[in-house]
Amino acid sequence: MDNIKEIIAKRVAKELKDGDLVNLGIGVPALVANYIPKDCEVYLQSENGIIGLGPLANEDEIDLNLTNPSGQYATIKENGAYFDTAFSFMIIRGGHLDLTVLGTLEVDEQGSMASWIIPGKLVPGMGGSMDLVIGAKKVIVATTHTNKGKAKIKKRCALPLTAFGVVDMIVTEMAVIEVKPDGLHLIERHPEVSIEEIVKNTEATLIYDEVKLMEV
Amino acid sequence: MDKWIDKKKFLTLIKDRQSIMVGGFLTCGTPETLIDWVVESGKNDLTIICNDAGYPDKGVGKLIANNQVKKLIASHIGTNPYAGKQMSEGVLEVNLIPQGTLIEQMRAYGAGLGGILTPVGVKTSIEEGKQVINLSGRDYLLEEAFGADLALVQAYQSDQLGNLTYAKTARNFNPIIATAANIVIAYVDNKVEKIDPETVITPHTFIKYLVGGKLSG
Repeated sequence: MDNIKEIIAKRVAKELKDGDLVNLGIGVPALVANYIPKDCEVYLQSENGIIGLGPLANEDEIDLNLTNPSGQYATIKENGAYFDTAFSFMIIRGGHLDLTVLGTLEVDEQGSMASWIIPGKLVPGMGGSMDLVIGAKKVIVATTHTNKGKAKIKKRCALPLTAFGVVDMIVTEMAVIEVKPDGLHLIERHPEVSIEEIVKNTEATLIYDEVKLMEV
Repeated sequence: MDKWIDKKKFLTLIKDRQSIMVGGFLTCGTPETLIDWVVESGKNDLTIICNDAGYPDKGVGKLIANNQVKKLIASHIGTNPYAGKQMSEGVLEVNLIPQGTLIEQMRAYGAGLGGILTPVGVKTSIEEGKQVINLSGRDYLLEEAFGADLALVQAYQSDQLGNLTYAKTARNFNPIIATAANIVIAYVDNKVEKIDPETVITPHTFIKYLVGGKLSG
């Protein structure tokens, strides 16, 4: 599998609904914007103050006052809007976002996730991630299934939490997993990956019955 | 009263151990000229309050690289390796706060509120040492409001008095920090004759001093 990021982003995009207000995290989640279904009008919210975030700016479109949440020069779509950070997080925390898609370091059986710090090693900070996963109506974690062969989907997160019990769905290059009160339900698998292989690469217990094939 | 000041006057306003709020999101909307002047002032032991640590050669990152910052209050420091390095060496105290909480603490201060109740951070390490208040069955953290000695704001337009507008995503923290500091200094890209009152974002009474305005358009 050499197009792991594309597989994940394409599958997440299938969760988008017409009219959704969506915040995409940096990295793989941001790629979801490339696969928005044609018949679907989706509005991207950007925590630095935009509804209607467009693609990256071409060289002749660069405006020093218009960036995306990664700090890259970006564009705004027609009918877009700008606002300050307090308003932006009112949207995020206040339940006005239909969906947020974020990457993670770990995610667990309770739908908790850890994504902002590896104590003593890496301390990037949480930015807006804690607000996003608390406030959005639906939270999708988009991540590689493992980190250098080590399971990221765990029984309990070992790293400091971003939030407790907030994740609704986990999309990886191997599987689609739904988080429910009784645990993690494996609902789809990559056609070239067996259930056994997914179980082997997952520390958490997976509940499954009929497992569909991911469209890839 | 003429609020328009030059570099010489600005430098008299910067002092050791001040707390300074700075606008900007990954340096978009950060008043770079004012940061350069704070670097030039050589003042030390500053507390900097900003969304992030910027980059080593951009935004508040320049103050960190120049070892002028004692404490940084921010939501993200991953783009400036100096911040992480100084933090692990114990020379820079870093207080990481969720972005939505950080902005609300400042907004609350400017609005005369003692603090806010937010569900963000409940059952995480952010909860440590804070009061948890349950309302209608949901837990919230009590996060106290705070202000600063100075706020350094980046504005797009100003009239003679200091009514301000901002540009696109360069707005971000700027209108909020303009309400939460004792002395608010705005760097202005364009000084204009008139601004339609409907489009003013920060009314002039919040602004103590104005710098720049050279582009005039």
